[in-house]
Amino acid sequence: MTSEVYNFAYLDELTKRMIRRAILKGVAVPGYQVPFASREMPMPYGWGTGGVQVTAACLMPEDVLKVIDQGADDTTNAVSIRKFFVRTAGVATTEATDQASVIQTRHRIPETPLTEDQILVFQVPIPEPLRFLEPRETETRRMHALEDYGLMHVKLYEDIARHGEIATSYAYPVRVEGRYVMDPSPIPRFDNPKMSDCPAIQLFGAGREQRIYALPPWTQVVSLDFEDHPFTASKADHACDLCAAEDSYLDEVITDDRGGRMFVCSDTDYCRSRREAGHLGRLGAPYEEAAP
Amino acid sequence: MTLSAAREFSGENSDPSQKDRGAPGPLLRVQGIEKRYGPRIGCTGVSFDLWPGEVMGIVGESGSGKSTLLSCLAGHMAPDAGRVIFATRTGPRDAVTMTEPERRQLARTDWAFVHQNPRDGLRMGVSAGGNVGERLMALGARHYGRIRTTATDWLGRVEIAADRIDDRPSAFSGGMQQRLQIARNLVTGPRLIFMDEPTGGLDVSVQARLLDLLRGLVREMGLSAIIVTHDLAVVRLLADRLMVMQGGRVVEQGLTDQVLDDPQHAYTQLLVSSVLQV
Repeated sequence: MTSEVYNFAYLDELTKRMIRRAILKGVAVPGYQVPFASREMPMPYGWGTGGVQVTAACLMPEDVLKVIDQGADDTTNAVSIRKFFVRTAGVATTEATDQASVIQTRHRIPETPLTEDQILVFQVPIPEPLRFLEPRETETRRMHALEDYGLMHVKLYEDIARHGEIATSYAYPVRVEGRYVMDPSPIPRFDNPKMSDCPAIQLFGAGREQRIYALPPWTQVVSLDFEDHPFTASKADHACDLCAAEDSYLDEVITDDRGGRMFVCSDTDYCRSRREAGHLGRLGAPYEEAAP
Repeated sequence: MTLSAAREFSGENSDPSQKDRGAPGPLLRVQGIEKRYGPRIGCTGVSFDLWPGEVMGIVGESGSGKSTLLSCLAGHMAPDAGRVIFATRTGPRDAVTMTEPERRQLARTDWAFVHQNPRDGLRMGVSAGGNVGERLMALGARHYGRIRTTATDWLGRVEIAADRIDDRPSAFSGGMQQRLQIARNLVTGPRLIFMDEPTGGLDVSVQARLLDLLRGLVREMGLSAIIVTHDLAVVRLLADRLMVMQGGRVVEQGLTDQVLDDPQHAYTQLLVSSVLQV
Protein backbone atom coordinates (compact mmCIF):
# COMPACT_ATOMS: atom_id res chain seq x y z
CA MET A 1 0.00 0.00 0.00
CA THR A 2 1.45 3.33 -1.01
CA SER A 3 1.51 5.96 1.64
CA GLU A 4 -0.42 9.02 0.46
CA VAL A 5 1.96 11.37 2.26
CA TYR A 6 4.95 10.73 0.02
CA ASN A 7 5.55 11.24 -3.65
CA PHE A 8 6.06 8.02 -5.62
CA ALA A 9 9.31 6.42 -4.43
CA TYR A 10 9.77 8.96 -1.62
CA LEU A 11 11.82 11.59 -3.48
CA ASP A 12 10.11 14.57 -5.09
CA GLU A 13 10.12 14.76 -8.88
CA LEU A 14 12.69 17.54 -9.13
CA THR A 15 15.14 15.59 -7.03
CA LYS A 16 14.58 12.53 -9.19
CA ARG A 17 15.21 14.62 -12.27
CA MET A 18 18.48 15.85 -10.79
CA ILE A 19 19.54 12.28 -10.00
CA ARG A 20 18.49 11.05 -13.45
CA ARG A 21 20.63 13.74 -15.01
CA ALA A 22 23.59 12.56 -12.95
CA ILE A 23 22.86 8.98 -14.01
CA LEU A 24 22.68 9.95 -17.68
CA LYS A 25 25.97 11.75 -17.41
CA GLY A 26 27.46 8.75 -15.67
CA VAL A 27 26.24 6.44 -18.41
CA ALA A 28 27.65 8.76 -21.05
CA VAL A 29 31.07 8.77 -19.39
CA PRO A 30 31.47 5.21 -18.05
CA GLY A 31 33.34 5.05 -14.76
CA TYR A 32 33.40 8.81 -14.19
CA GLN A 33 32.18 9.90 -10.76
CA VAL A 34 29.40 12.43 -11.23
CA PRO A 35 28.74 14.67 -8.23
CA PHE A 36 25.08 14.97 -7.27
CA ALA A 37 23.13 16.71 -4.52
CA SER A 38 22.57 13.70 -2.31
CA ARG A 39 19.46 14.02 -0.14
CA GLU A 40 18.98 13.15 3.47
CA MET A 41 17.24 9.78 3.46
CA PRO A 42 15.24 8.24 6.33
CA MET A 43 18.02 5.79 7.10
CA PRO A 44 21.58 6.15 8.33
CA TYR A 45 24.55 6.69 6.03
CA GLY A 46 26.17 3.36 5.35
CA TRP A 47 22.81 1.68 4.91
CA GLY A 48 22.66 2.37 1.23
CA THR A 49 21.41 5.93 0.98
CA GLY A 50 23.13 6.37 -2.38
CA GLY A 51 21.73 3.16 -3.82
CA VAL A 52 18.27 4.00 -2.51
CA GLN A 53 18.30 7.39 -4.24
CA VAL A 54 19.43 5.87 -7.53
CA THR A 55 16.78 3.17 -7.23
CA ALA A 56 14.12 5.78 -6.41
CA ALA A 57 15.08 7.76 -9.49
CA CYS A 58 14.88 4.65 -11.71
CA LEU A 59 11.72 3.03 -10.36
CA MET A 60 8.50 3.00 -12.32
CA PRO A 61 5.17 1.70 -10.94
CA GLU A 62 5.35 -1.46 -13.09
CA ASP A 63 8.89 -2.35 -11.92
CA VAL A 64 9.64 -5.47 -9.93
CA LEU A 65 12.23 -4.80 -7.26
CA LYS A 66 14.75 -7.15 -5.70
CA VAL A 67 17.05 -6.05 -2.89
CA ILE A 68 20.04 -8.07 -1.71
CA ASP A 69 22.64 -7.54 0.96
CA GLN A 70 25.79 -9.68 0.63
CA GLY A 71 23.78 -11.81 -1.78
CA ALA A 72 20.99 -12.52 0.69
CA ASP A 73 17.40 -11.33 0.31
CA ASP A 74 16.54 -11.76 3.98
CA THR A 75 19.12 -9.69 5.84
CA THR A 76 18.22 -6.53 7.76
CA ASN A 77 19.51 -4.08 5.19
CA ALA A 78 17.77 -5.81 2.30
CA VAL A 79 14.49 -6.26 4.16
CA SER A 80 14.28 -2.67 5.32
CA ILE A 81 15.08 -1.18 1.92
CA ARG A 82 12.57 -3.48 0.24
CA LYS A 83 9.91 -2.48 2.78
CA PHE A 84 10.78 1.17 2.24
CA PHE A 85 10.00 0.95 -1.46
CA VAL A 86 6.91 -1.20 -0.96
CA ARG A 87 5.63 1.53 1.32
CA THR A 88 6.64 4.59 -0.67
CA ALA A 89 6.33 3.29 -4.23
CA GLY A 90 4.01 0.33 -3.96
CA VAL A 91 6.08 -1.66 -6.44
CA ALA A 92 6.03 -5.42 -6.64
CA THR A 93 9.01 -7.20 -5.10
CA THR A 94 10.63 -10.51 -5.77
CA GLU A 95 13.52 -12.62 -4.57
CA ALA A 96 14.05 -14.26 -7.96
CA THR A 97 16.85 -12.57 -9.88
CA ASP A 98 15.39 -13.39 -13.30
CA GLN A 99 12.03 -11.83 -12.46
CA ALA A 100 13.35 -8.53 -11.16
CA SER A 101 13.63 -5.44 -13.33
CA VAL A 102 15.55 -3.38 -10.77
CA ILE A 103 17.97 -5.02 -8.36
CA GLN A 104 19.56 -3.02 -5.58
CA THR A 105 22.59 -4.74 -4.16
CA ARG A 106 25.10 -4.35 -1.40
CA HIS A 107 28.45 -6.14 -1.88
CA ARG A 108 27.42 -8.77 -4.46
CA ILE A 109 26.40 -9.32 -8.06
CA PRO A 110 23.79 -12.10 -8.38
CA GLU A 111 25.03 -15.44 -9.71
CA THR A 112 22.20 -15.71 -12.24
CA PRO A 113 23.33 -13.90 -15.40
CA LEU A 114 21.58 -10.56 -15.83
CA THR A 115 19.66 -9.52 -18.93
CA GLU A 116 19.34 -6.39 -21.05
CA ASP A 117 16.09 -5.25 -19.42
CA GLN A 118 17.48 -5.19 -15.90
CA ILE A 119 19.09 -2.43 -13.85
CA LEU A 120 21.61 -3.31 -11.16
CA VAL A 121 22.05 -0.62 -8.48
CA PHE A 122 25.12 -0.81 -6.22
CA GLN A 123 25.44 0.79 -2.80
CA VAL A 124 28.86 2.41 -2.57
CA PRO A 125 30.51 3.51 0.66
CA ILE A 126 33.66 5.14 -0.80
CA PRO A 127 33.53 5.78 -4.55
CA GLU A 128 37.12 7.00 -4.91
CA PRO A 129 39.48 4.10 -5.67
CA LEU A 130 42.52 6.27 -4.97
CA ARG A 131 41.27 7.56 -1.64
CA PHE A 132 43.46 5.56 0.71
CA LEU A 133 46.54 6.31 -1.35
CA GLU A 134 45.91 9.98 -1.96
CA PRO A 135 43.77 11.73 0.65
CA ARG A 136 43.34 15.02 -1.25
CA GLU A 137 40.15 15.15 -3.31
CA THR A 138 41.56 17.93 -5.52
CA GLU A 139 44.52 15.70 -6.34
CA THR A 140 42.50 12.54 -7.02
CA ARG A 141 40.23 14.45 -9.39
CA ARG A 142 43.26 15.75 -11.23
CA MET A 143 44.69 12.24 -11.38
CA HIS A 144 41.45 10.97 -12.95
CA ALA A 145 41.44 13.85 -15.40
CA LEU A 146 45.03 13.17 -16.45
CA GLU A 147 44.73 9.36 -16.34
CA ASP A 148 47.55 9.40 -13.81
CA TYR A 149 46.91 5.95 -12.39
CA GLY A 150 50.39 4.69 -11.49
CA LEU A 151 49.46 4.94 -7.84
CA MET A 152 46.81 2.25 -8.18
CA HIS A 153 49.49 -0.24 -9.12
CA VAL A 154 51.58 0.86 -6.15
CA LYS A 155 48.75 -0.48 -3.98
CA LEU A 156 48.81 -3.82 -5.79
CA TYR A 157 52.63 -3.85 -5.61
CA GLU A 158 52.40 -3.41 -1.84
CA ASP A 159 49.98 -6.32 -1.66
CA ILE A 160 52.37 -8.65 -3.45
CA ALA A 161 55.40 -7.40 -1.50
CA ARG A 162 53.63 -8.03 1.78
CA HIS A 163 51.52 -11.11 1.08
CA GLY A 164 53.15 -12.75 -1.93
CA GLU A 165 50.04 -12.23 -4.02
CA ILE A 166 47.45 -9.55 -4.68
CA ALA A 167 45.55 -9.83 -1.42
CA THR A 168 42.87 -7.25 -2.22
CA SER A 169 39.82 -9.47 -2.16
CA TYR A 170 37.03 -6.93 -2.38
CA ALA A 171 36.63 -3.46 -3.91
CA TYR A 172 39.24 -4.61 -6.40
CA PRO A 173 40.05 -1.68 -8.72
CA VAL A 174 38.99 -1.91 -12.35
CA ARG A 175 39.63 0.13 -15.46
CA VAL A 176 36.57 0.99 -17.52
CA GLU A 177 36.88 1.02 -21.32
CA GLY A 178 40.60 1.78 -20.99
CA ARG A 179 39.88 5.12 -19.38
CA TYR A 180 38.64 5.64 -15.83
CA VAL A 181 39.83 3.57 -12.90
CA MET A 182 36.77 2.74 -10.82
CA ASP A 183 35.97 1.28 -7.43
CA PRO A 184 33.44 -1.48 -8.10
CA SER A 185 32.04 -1.02 -4.56
CA PRO A 186 32.98 -3.69 -2.00
CA ILE A 187 31.93 -6.66 -4.12
CA PRO A 188 34.24 -9.67 -3.83
CA ARG A 189 36.77 -9.78 -6.65
CA PHE A 190 35.06 -13.03 -7.65
CA ASP A 191 32.32 -10.80 -9.06
CA ASN A 192 34.60 -8.48 -11.02
CA PRO A 193 34.49 -10.46 -14.30
CA LYS A 194 30.68 -10.32 -14.22
CA MET A 195 30.81 -6.55 -14.60
CA SER A 196 32.51 -6.71 -17.95
CA ASP A 197 30.29 -7.00 -21.03
CA CYS A 198 27.26 -7.27 -18.77
CA PRO A 199 23.95 -6.91 -20.65
CA ALA A 200 22.32 -5.08 -17.73
CA ILE A 201 22.94 -1.45 -16.92
CA GLN A 202 24.96 -1.03 -13.72
CA LEU A 203 24.53 2.08 -11.59
CA PHE A 204 26.57 3.03 -8.51
CA GLY A 205 25.31 5.41 -5.86
CA ALA A 206 27.34 6.82 -2.97
CA GLY A 207 25.04 8.87 -0.74
CA ARG A 208 27.45 10.20 1.84
CA GLU A 209 30.13 10.98 -0.74
CA GLN A 210 27.52 12.40 -3.14
CA ARG A 211 28.72 10.58 -6.24
CA ILE A 212 27.00 8.56 -8.93
CA TYR A 213 28.80 6.52 -11.56
CA ALA A 214 27.66 3.98 -14.08
CA LEU A 215 28.50 1.21 -16.50
CA PRO A 216 26.32 1.10 -19.59
CA PRO A 217 25.49 -2.35 -20.96
CA TRP A 218 28.28 -4.22 -22.73
CA THR A 219 31.05 -2.10 -21.24
CA GLN A 220 34.56 -3.48 -21.05
CA VAL A 221 35.75 -3.64 -17.46
CA VAL A 222 39.29 -4.86 -16.76
CA SER A 223 40.62 -5.69 -13.31
CA LEU A 224 44.07 -4.17 -12.78
CA ASP A 225 46.97 -6.57 -12.32
CA PHE A 226 50.62 -7.27 -13.10
CA GLU A 227 51.86 -9.33 -16.03
CA ASP A 228 53.50 -11.83 -13.69
CA HIS A 229 50.70 -11.68 -11.11
CA PRO A 230 47.53 -11.80 -13.20
CA PHE A 231 44.09 -11.15 -11.76
CA THR A 232 42.22 -14.21 -10.53
CA ALA A 233 38.60 -14.34 -9.45
CA SER A 234 39.04 -16.15 -6.17
CA LYS A 235 36.51 -17.90 -3.95
CA ALA A 236 36.58 -20.44 -1.14
CA ASP A 237 37.79 -23.75 -2.51
CA HIS A 238 34.67 -25.72 -1.66
CA ALA A 239 31.27 -26.60 -3.02
CA CYS A 240 28.13 -25.22 -1.40
CA ASP A 241 27.10 -27.50 1.47
CA LEU A 242 23.41 -26.96 0.72
CA CYS A 243 23.15 -27.01 -3.07
CA ALA A 244 26.54 -28.45 -4.14
CA ALA A 245 27.23 -25.51 -6.48
CA GLU A 246 30.90 -25.27 -7.32
CA ASP A 247 30.70 -22.04 -9.29
CA SER A 248 29.11 -19.67 -6.81
CA TYR A 249 30.64 -17.37 -4.21
CA LEU A 250 30.52 -18.95 -0.76
CA ASP A 251 30.06 -17.70 2.78
CA GLU A 252 31.82 -19.57 5.54
CA VAL A 253 29.52 -20.23 8.50
CA ILE A 254 30.88 -21.35 11.87
CA THR A 255 28.48 -23.94 13.20
CA ASP A 256 29.90 -24.81 16.61
CA ASP A 257 32.85 -23.99 18.85
CA ARG A 258 34.78 -27.14 17.96
CA GLY A 259 35.89 -26.09 14.52
CA GLY A 260 32.73 -27.10 12.71
CA ARG A 261 31.96 -24.97 9.66
CA MET A 262 29.99 -25.04 6.51
CA PHE A 263 30.17 -23.20 3.21
CA VAL A 264 26.96 -21.91 1.68
CA CYS A 265 26.16 -19.82 -1.37
CA SER A 266 26.10 -16.16 -0.48
CA ASP A 267 23.42 -15.70 -3.18
CA THR A 268 20.38 -17.11 -1.38
CA ASP A 269 18.13 -17.02 -4.44
CA TYR A 270 20.65 -18.99 -6.49
CA CYS A 271 21.04 -21.58 -3.74
CA ARG A 272 17.27 -21.94 -3.30
CA SER A 273 16.62 -22.37 -7.01
CA ARG A 274 19.32 -25.03 -7.26
CA ARG A 275 17.87 -26.95 -4.33
CA GLU A 276 14.44 -26.67 -5.91
CA ALA A 277 15.93 -28.23 -9.01
CA GLY A 278 17.10 -31.19 -6.93
CA HIS A 279 20.79 -30.40 -6.30
CA LEU A 280 21.82 -31.50 -2.83
CA GLY A 281 25.02 -30.60 -0.99
CA ARG A 282 26.94 -32.30 1.81
CA LEU A 283 24.70 -30.96 4.60
CA GLY A 284 21.58 -30.19 2.59
CA ALA A 285 18.14 -31.61 3.29
CA PRO A 286 15.82 -32.32 0.35
CA TYR A 287 14.05 -29.09 -0.58
CA GLU A 288 10.56 -28.56 0.79
CA GLU A 289 8.27 -25.64 0.29
CA ALA A 290 8.27 -23.61 3.50
CA ALA A 291 5.10 -23.86 5.55
CA PRO A 292 2.82 -20.89 4.92
CA MET B 1 82.80 35.97 -15.23
CA THR B 2 81.02 35.03 -18.41
CA LEU B 3 78.70 32.21 -19.27
CA SER B 4 81.01 30.89 -21.97
CA ALA B 5 83.68 30.31 -19.36
CA ALA B 6 81.23 28.27 -17.37
CA ARG B 7 80.40 26.23 -20.43
CA GLU B 8 84.00 25.34 -21.00
CA PHE B 9 84.36 24.52 -17.35
CA SER B 10 81.47 22.11 -17.26
CA GLY B 11 82.47 20.65 -20.61
CA GLU B 12 85.87 19.71 -19.27
CA ASN B 13 84.44 18.02 -16.25
CA SER B 14 81.74 15.88 -17.77
CA ASP B 15 82.00 12.90 -20.04
CA PRO B 16 81.78 14.15 -23.63
CA SER B 17 79.75 11.14 -24.82
CA GLN B 18 77.06 11.97 -22.29
CA LYS B 19 77.20 15.61 -23.16
CA ASP B 20 76.50 14.77 -26.78
CA ARG B 21 73.49 12.68 -25.84
CA GLY B 22 71.28 15.71 -25.30
CA ALA B 23 70.36 18.39 -27.79
CA PRO B 24 73.25 20.58 -28.91
CA GLY B 25 72.57 23.57 -26.73
CA PRO B 26 71.51 24.34 -23.21
CA LEU B 27 69.35 21.78 -21.44
CA LEU B 28 67.38 24.45 -19.66
CA ARG B 29 67.07 28.05 -20.67
CA VAL B 30 65.51 30.29 -18.04
CA GLN B 31 64.44 33.73 -19.19
CA GLY B 32 63.18 36.54 -16.98
CA ILE B 33 61.37 34.47 -14.37
CA GLU B 34 59.29 36.56 -12.01
CA LYS B 35 56.95 35.58 -9.21
CA ARG B 36 55.18 38.04 -6.97
CA TYR B 37 53.17 37.43 -3.83
CA GLY B 38 50.81 40.36 -4.05
CA PRO B 39 52.94 43.49 -3.86
CA ARG B 40 55.96 41.58 -2.55
CA ILE B 41 58.58 40.09 -4.81
CA GLY B 42 59.19 36.34 -4.66
CA CYS B 43 61.87 36.45 -7.28
CA THR B 44 62.33 38.62 -10.33
CA GLY B 45 64.43 38.94 -13.44
CA VAL B 46 66.14 35.56 -13.13
CA SER B 47 67.75 34.32 -16.33
CA PHE B 48 70.37 31.66 -16.89
CA ASP B 49 71.26 28.72 -19.12
CA LEU B 50 71.95 25.28 -17.75
CA TRP B 51 74.02 22.99 -19.92
CA PRO B 52 73.87 19.19 -20.01
CA GLY B 53 75.92 17.69 -17.20
CA GLU B 54 76.21 20.97 -15.37
CA VAL B 55 75.36 21.47 -11.70
CA MET B 56 74.08 24.87 -10.72
CA GLY B 57 73.93 26.03 -7.11
CA ILE B 58 71.56 28.72 -5.88
CA VAL B 59 72.46 30.21 -2.52
CA GLY B 60 71.02 32.98 -0.43
CA GLU B 61 69.55 33.62 2.98
CA SER B 62 66.04 32.61 4.04
CA GLY B 63 63.47 34.62 2.14
CA SER B 64 65.81 35.47 -0.71
CA GLY B 65 63.48 33.76 -3.19
CA LYS B 66 65.55 30.70 -3.98
CA SER B 67 62.85 28.17 -3.12
CA THR B 68 60.25 30.23 -4.98
CA LEU B 69 62.52 30.23 -8.01
CA LEU B 70 63.00 26.47 -7.80
CA SER B 71 59.23 25.88 -7.52
CA CYS B 72 58.67 28.04 -10.60
CA LEU B 73 61.32 26.18 -12.56
CA ALA B 74 60.04 22.75 -11.56
CA GLY B 75 56.46 23.64 -12.43
CA HIS B 76 55.12 23.43 -8.89
CA MET B 77 54.16 27.06 -9.06
CA ALA B 78 53.18 29.19 -12.05
CA PRO B 79 55.52 32.16 -12.51
CA ASP B 80 53.96 35.55 -13.28
CA ALA B 81 56.38 36.17 -16.13
CA GLY B 82 59.22 34.50 -17.92
CA ARG B 83 59.98 31.30 -19.76
CA VAL B 84 61.51 27.98 -18.75
CA ILE B 85 62.61 26.35 -21.98
CA PHE B 86 63.61 22.74 -21.55
CA ALA B 87 65.28 20.70 -24.27
CA THR B 88 62.84 17.79 -24.33
CA ARG B 89 63.59 14.68 -26.35
CA THR B 90 61.48 16.13 -29.15
CA GLY B 91 62.90 19.65 -29.07
CA PRO B 92 62.86 22.75 -26.90
CA ARG B 93 59.57 23.40 -25.09
CA ASP B 94 58.45 26.08 -22.67
CA ALA B 95 57.56 24.28 -19.45
CA VAL B 96 55.51 27.25 -18.23
CA THR B 97 53.01 27.16 -21.08
CA MET B 98 52.87 23.41 -21.76
CA THR B 99 49.75 21.52 -20.72
CA GLU B 100 49.42 19.89 -17.35
CA PRO B 101 49.64 16.30 -18.68
CA GLU B 102 52.81 17.18 -20.58
CA ARG B 103 54.32 18.80 -17.50
CA ARG B 104 53.46 15.78 -15.39
CA GLN B 105 54.93 13.46 -17.96
CA LEU B 106 58.10 15.55 -17.93
CA ALA B 107 58.13 15.59 -14.14
CA ARG B 108 58.24 11.81 -13.99
CA THR B 109 60.57 11.11 -16.89
CA ASP B 110 63.20 13.75 -17.56
CA TRP B 111 62.86 15.70 -14.33
CA ALA B 112 63.31 14.82 -10.72
CA PHE B 113 62.65 16.79 -7.57
CA VAL B 114 64.30 16.12 -4.22
CA HIS B 115 62.53 17.83 -1.35
CA GLN B 116 64.22 19.11 1.75
CA ASN B 117 61.96 17.03 3.94
CA PRO B 118 61.81 13.42 2.70
CA ARG B 119 58.24 13.24 4.00
CA ASP B 120 57.20 15.60 1.22
CA GLY B 121 58.84 13.51 -1.45
CA LEU B 122 58.10 10.01 -0.22
CA ARG B 123 54.91 8.09 0.41
CA MET B 124 55.35 7.28 4.05
CA GLY B 125 52.69 4.55 4.06
CA VAL B 126 54.25 2.66 1.17
CA SER B 127 57.28 0.36 1.38
CA ALA B 128 60.69 1.43 0.09
CA GLY B 129 60.29 -0.79 -2.98
CA GLY B 130 56.87 0.69 -3.73
CA ASN B 131 58.28 4.19 -3.41
CA VAL B 132 61.03 3.48 -5.90
CA GLY B 133 58.67 1.61 -8.21
CA GLU B 134 55.98 4.30 -8.32
CA ARG B 135 57.53 6.29 -11.15
CA LEU B 136 58.07 3.11 -13.15
CA MET B 137 54.45 2.08 -12.67
CA ALA B 138 53.29 5.58 -13.57
CA LEU B 139 55.16 5.14 -16.84
CA GLY B 140 53.37 1.88 -17.50
CA ALA B 141 55.63 -0.82 -16.02
CA ARG B 142 53.34 -3.77 -15.32
CA HIS B 143 55.75 -6.57 -14.47
CA TYR B 144 56.14 -7.02 -10.73
CA GLY B 145 59.36 -9.00 -10.92
CA ARG B 146 61.14 -6.47 -13.10
CA ILE B 147 59.92 -3.51 -11.02
CA ARG B 148 61.24 -5.20 -7.93
CA THR B 149 64.60 -5.99 -9.51
CA THR B 150 65.02 -2.37 -10.56
CA ALA B 151 63.98 -1.18 -7.10
CA THR B 152 66.49 -3.51 -5.42
CA ASP B 153 69.21 -2.31 -7.75
CA TRP B 154 68.48 1.33 -6.97
CA LEU B 155 68.33 0.76 -3.23
CA GLY B 156 71.82 -0.72 -3.57
CA ARG B 157 73.05 2.29 -5.47
CA VAL B 158 71.96 4.61 -2.69
CA GLU B 159 73.44 2.29 -0.06
CA ILE B 160 70.24 0.91 1.41
CA ALA B 161 70.43 -2.80 2.22
CA ALA B 162 68.29 -4.99 -0.03
CA ASP B 163 66.51 -6.57 2.94
CA ARG B 164 64.98 -3.20 3.80
CA ILE B 165 63.00 -3.15 0.54
CA ASP B 166 59.70 -4.02 2.23
CA ASP B 167 60.14 -1.65 5.16
CA ARG B 168 58.27 1.62 5.20
CA PRO B 169 60.23 4.87 5.12
CA SER B 170 58.93 5.65 8.60
CA ALA B 171 61.23 2.88 9.85
CA PHE B 172 64.24 4.57 8.20
CA SER B 173 66.64 7.13 9.62
CA GLY B 174 66.63 10.67 8.22
CA GLY B 175 69.65 10.03 6.02
CA MET B 176 68.19 6.80 4.66
CA GLN B 177 64.90 8.53 3.91
CA GLN B 178 66.75 11.18 1.96
CA ARG B 179 68.71 8.54 0.02
CA LEU B 180 65.47 6.68 -0.66
CA GLN B 181 63.97 9.87 -2.02
CA ILE B 182 66.93 10.23 -4.35
CA ALA B 183 66.58 6.64 -5.56
CA ARG B 184 62.86 7.13 -6.12
CA ASN B 185 63.61 10.16 -8.27
CA LEU B 186 66.50 8.78 -10.28
CA VAL B 187 64.95 5.42 -11.13
CA THR B 188 63.56 6.63 -14.46
CA GLY B 189 66.90 8.08 -15.53
CA PRO B 190 66.03 11.80 -15.54
CA ARG B 191 68.25 14.38 -17.19
CA LEU B 192 67.58 17.25 -14.80
CA ILE B 193 67.22 17.08 -11.06
CA PHE B 194 65.96 19.87 -8.83
CA MET B 195 67.10 19.73 -5.24
CA ASP B 196 65.76 21.89 -2.44
CA GLU B 197 68.15 21.82 0.52
CA PRO B 198 68.92 18.12 0.02
CA THR B 199 71.08 17.99 3.14
CA GLY B 200 68.94 20.15 5.41
CA GLY B 201 68.12 18.53 8.74
CA LEU B 202 70.84 15.89 8.52
CA ASP B 203 73.80 15.69 10.88
CA VAL B 204 77.22 16.54 9.48
CA SER B 205 78.63 13.06 8.90
CA VAL B 206 75.43 11.92 7.20
CA GLN B 207 75.50 15.09 5.12
CA ALA B 208 78.98 14.27 3.94
CA ARG B 209 77.99 10.77 2.91
CA LEU B 210 74.93 12.01 1.11
CA LEU B 211 76.92 14.65 -0.75
CA ASP B 212 79.46 12.06 -1.75
CA LEU B 213 76.71 9.82 -3.05
CA LEU B 214 75.01 12.66 -4.90
CA ARG B 215 78.25 13.77 -6.49
CA GLY B 216 78.92 10.21 -7.66
CA LEU B 217 75.43 9.77 -9.12
CA VAL B 218 75.40 13.15 -10.82
CA ARG B 219 78.74 12.50 -12.50
CA GLU B 220 77.99 8.88 -13.35
CA MET B 221 74.60 9.59 -14.92
CA GLY B 222 75.68 12.84 -16.53
CA LEU B 223 72.84 14.62 -14.76
CA SER B 224 72.25 18.31 -14.76
CA ALA B 225 71.16 19.63 -11.41
CA ILE B 226 69.88 22.79 -9.80
CA ILE B 227 70.59 22.80 -6.08
CA VAL B 228 69.03 25.32 -3.75
CA THR B 229 70.78 25.59 -0.43
CA HIS B 230 71.98 28.00 2.21
CA ASP B 231 74.96 25.79 2.94
CA LEU B 232 78.02 27.01 1.08
CA ALA B 233 79.87 23.75 1.71
CA VAL B 234 77.23 21.90 -0.31
CA VAL B 235 77.69 24.08 -3.37
CA ARG B 236 81.46 24.04 -3.00
CA LEU B 237 81.32 20.25 -3.25
CA LEU B 238 78.62 19.77 -5.84
CA ALA B 239 78.10 22.83 -7.99
CA ASP B 240 80.01 23.88 -11.07
CA ARG B 241 78.35 27.23 -11.15
CA LEU B 242 76.81 29.40 -8.48
CA MET B 243 74.07 31.97 -8.33
CA VAL B 244 73.72 34.21 -5.28
CA MET B 245 70.27 35.61 -4.55
CA GLN B 246 69.17 38.40 -2.30
CA GLY B 247 65.71 39.93 -2.01
CA GLY B 248 64.41 37.94 -4.98
CA ARG B 249 67.16 39.09 -7.34
CA VAL B 250 70.34 37.45 -8.54
CA VAL B 251 73.19 39.58 -7.25
CA GLU B 252 76.11 37.55 -8.50
CA GLN B 253 76.77 34.47 -10.57
CA GLY B 254 79.79 32.65 -11.84
CA LEU B 255 81.99 29.62 -11.33
CA THR B 256 81.58 28.28 -7.83
CA ASP B 257 85.22 28.57 -6.79
CA GLN B 258 85.48 31.99 -8.30
CA VAL B 259 82.43 33.33 -6.51
CA LEU B 260 83.37 31.80 -3.19
CA ASP B 261 87.05 32.69 -3.28
CA ASP B 262 86.72 36.12 -4.79
CA PRO B 263 83.25 37.45 -4.05
CA GLN B 264 82.52 40.76 -5.75
CA HIS B 265 79.11 41.77 -4.47
CA ALA B 266 78.85 43.08 -0.92
CA TYR B 267 76.18 40.57 0.01
CA THR B 268 78.23 37.64 -1.31
CA GLN B 269 81.21 38.87 0.67
CA LEU B 270 79.04 38.95 3.78
CA LEU B 271 77.70 35.47 3.03
CA VAL B 272 81.14 33.97 2.50
CA SER B 273 82.58 35.64 5.59
CA SER B 274 79.69 34.41 7.75
CA VAL B 275 80.71 30.78 7.39
CA LEU B 276 82.09 29.50 10.65
CA GLN B 277 85.61 28.16 10.46
CA VAL B 278 86.46 25.28 12.76
